[in-house]
Amino acid sequence: MSIHSPHLPVSPEGRLEERFEEKNPPYDDAEAIAEANRCLYCVDAPCIKACPTAIDIPTFIRKIATGNVKGAARTILSQNLLGKSCGQVCPVEVLCAGACVYNDWEREPIRIGRLQRYAVETAIAKDPALYQAKPQTGKRVALIGAGPASIAAAGWLALEGHEAVIYERKELPGGLNTLGIAPYKMKVEDSIAEISWVLSLGNIELFPGVEVVDEVSGQGQISTQELLEKYDAVFLGLGLGADSKLNVPGENGEGVVGATHLIERLKADPSLRLDGVKRAIIVGGGNTAIDIAHELSLLGIDATMVYRGPAADMSAYEHEMLHGRADGVKVATDRVPVAVVRDEKERVCGLRVARAENKRPVPGTEEELPADLIVLAVGQNRATAIARAFPGIELDGRGRVVVDAKTGRTGNPRVWSGGDCVNGGKEVVNAVAEARVAAQSIHAFLAGA
Amino acid sequence: MADLSIDFAGIKSPNPFWLASAPPTNTGDQVMRAFDAGWGGAVWKTLGNPIVNVSSRFGGIDYGNTRMMGLNNIELITDRPLEVNLREIREVKRRYPSHTVIASLMVDTKEEWKEIIERAEEAGADGHELNFGCPHGMCERGMGSAVSAEPKVLMELASWAVEFATKPVIVKLSPNVGDIVEPGEAVLASGAHGISLINTIKSIMGVDLDRMVPMPRVGNASTNGGYCGPAVKPIALHLLSQLSRHPQVGRLPISGIGGISNWRDAAEFIALGSTSVQVCTAVMHYGYRIVEDMIEGLSDFLDERGMKSVNELRGRAVPQYKEWGELDLSFRVVADVDPGKCIGCQLCYVACMDGAHQCIHLPGRSEAEARAAGHTHIPKVIPDRAVIAKGGAPGARVPFVDEDECIGCNLCQLVCPVAGCITMKEIPSGKPSETWNDRAQRGDDFVPGGLRVTEAARKARGERA
Repeated sequence: MSIHSPHLPVSPEGRLEERFEEKNPPYDDAEAIAEANRCLYCVDAPCIKACPTAIDIPTFIRKIATGNVKGAARTILSQNLLGKSCGQVCPVEVLCAGACVYNDWEREPIRIGRLQRYAVETAIAKDPALYQAKPQTGKRVALIGAGPASIAAAGWLALEGHEAVIYERKELPGGLNTLGIAPYKMKVEDSIAEISWVLSLGNIELFPGVEVVDEVSGQGQISTQELLEKYDAVFLGLGLGADSKLNVPGENGEGVVGATHLIERLKADPSLRLDGVKRAIIVGGGNTAIDIAHELSLLGIDATMVYRGPAADMSAYEHEMLHGRADGVKVATDRVPVAVVRDEKERVCGLRVARAENKRPVPGTEEELPADLIVLAVGQNRATAIARAFPGIELDGRGRVVVDAKTGRTGNPRVWSGGDCVNGGKEVVNAVAEARVAAQSIHAFLAGA
Repeated sequence: MADLSIDFAGIKSPNPFWLASAPPTNTGDQVMRAFDAGWGGAVWKTLGNPIVNVSSRFGGIDYGNTRMMGLNNIELITDRPLEVNLREIREVKRRYPSHTVIASLMVDTKEEWKEIIERAEEAGADGHELNFGCPHGMCERGMGSAVSAEPKVLMELASWAVEFATKPVIVKLSPNVGDIVEPGEAVLASGAHGISLINTIKSIMGVDLDRMVPMPRVGNASTNGGYCGPAVKPIALHLLSQLSRHPQVGRLPISGIGGISNWRDAAEFIALGSTSVQVCTAVMHYGYRIVEDMIEGLSDFLDERGMKSVNELRGRAVPQYKEWGELDLSFRVVADVDPGKCIGCQLCYVACMDGAHQCIHLPGRSEAEARAAGHTHIPKVIPDRAVIAKGGAPGARVPFVDEDECIGCNLCQLVCPVAGCITMKEIPSGKPSETWNDRAQRGDDFVPGGLRVTEAARKARGERA
């Protein structure tokens, strides 16, 4: 077996994310065993049903309790190759731990996420060769985008003996896991370490800095046509695109920034400094909004979320809002942004908002909220345009790639897809679950072809 | 408030809680601190010819998150000079005249027994406990549990002690015997005044799988130790009941030992015939302070039951111990799951399915699904509503019991993590009370379908087929 796992770049020092402390530090052996022993080992357990990748949670926890950590890791990874990062970033409060029967008994649910991270990290640290890839089949699969969906799919395909080649537009692989997860949950190195392990599972190549285009016009590009010619199958793990805008006066220019773009710089750009920023307004009420608000607050910046509806309508998880508020995040609801206010030097000095009723501005109720930085967390554009370049692929009205839910197969019989570009933007664990379905279908296709 | 004081073969004690002979009674300082904490008595760490101990010497067994469910040790009798121990006993009795101090003794020859008994009495001990129990180290030297296993030797040694002593003699028995009644009767025949039991059980606590050495490890080897702690309580209670039910032996006062950790354990030992109880592992785990709860708990328990003294509790449960043949075959209970308390873990379901009688079912399943899951009999009545676990966890997760099939084995109740969720409901069987002995007497003590040979033999004897 040949391993083409590339040398992945080490992130430079001085990044703002380094200042964040880990919210859930790794368990040591004794802590993990103590927590694992609390698990009741339910039958047909609700936590399994609540996990999008359907990990047999009670079984892996029992294995931790008996000291069979390697077996625990196998139980997790067989369902979810990114089990380590999912243990760190999954909203367990609304998934597995939220379904734990202990909730019905007024007891603290089992810390499933931390146990999962412990099992995978500990087992891989001791012996990374948990799996042996099957003999080479000679089949080749191209994967577009190096986010969680493509990474997981590539891992499973490689274990089946297929060659997996990943093309990523950015220099760092990992997508949301590397560049979008709040640093107090997971840092860049954590994500890169996990990706390196997946890439080592079999014959996987990664080409960073390569853009897939309709027609090649320069260096660092490859055409969809070429992919279809050179590979037996293609997987689209495109993720989401740039941050959406508000379309209000004053929005363009310095001082107004997209949320995911800012998070990415916070995590990976050592040149980013927020020294002059005292007050930030984050527009939006979702999980990206609370994430960046929370992060800015932890950096000592006065952070206020502005949302156009009532608090009950905010789509951010309750536990995230609770933690954010505890760390100083303020929330202004029923406010619609009307304009970004700039001073005579064109620097941002505030956001003009109107009171809202039914999310619509009420005339004559405008006020100005002072701010030096406006962060827009009002959604992301689709990055699915390139999908149209494959004959047969359709996008739905909201720009999502249309697939058969049972196989992940698109309208093009040699192209599969999964993750945010299909589901419109969900958790990492959903992307992995969809990647697994697609990888199984691709494997079946390659084995029969 | 109930009177907790006891009279053990003439030895007075302010309460029934004694420290067993072990590390917690190693020195006078320790015993005095224990008395300050509330202990009524102490059996001094066994006196004899001082020995040299090994390191390490304790092994613990954990279960789940419970540390030291069981403990074992390969420690021997005192390693301190006899003179020092006796001087400290004298000091303790001088300062605490109304507390009980028993000298635990273990020596070899008749002369040694004579000397050590006289010196213990001279130091002021209220009584002697002959240590015929330790299952390690001393038995190779012809002492300890080797004596309990030989009733004749036991009787001879104990009768020497009775001859030399002016204070009561208590004989501490080993559980490592085939039938505890034999050493019990030997104690009676020796003229000794009381019995204490159990001493520790021969055990190996585990194996160090890295070194392939049993535990506790002494260099590169180990040996069997004596097992004690909460895990041994059921064994101790059984052996205690064997002696306390004995028409003659049962008249001797018995000091109960074995996994007693709290007032409830103590009450159970006393109800099965103990006059005093001895505690060790729980003190080694948590310290002397646990006695406060033991005193308060036992006292409140007696008050609530309208009992004026510990003596009133003593032996109350003994008459209810029967042989199997005396149990009522018609008595019937069935399991009852409280949907309001159920948290939906379904451990009762899997336990009954794989480990018992397959009479717990999940609602919402068709007969075909139930058969596919392994059920061989389908209940007559299947609840047609989806039962919801407490807290509203969606889905039909609260199992139900097929009462017609339930044999009342208790397993589901034992595995249920929520106390009080599964109860065993007494239901009338419609049959008159009847024991196996009754049936044997009538000759219908068998169920058709057994061995033909047995049936033929019974017919030949003129018994009813």
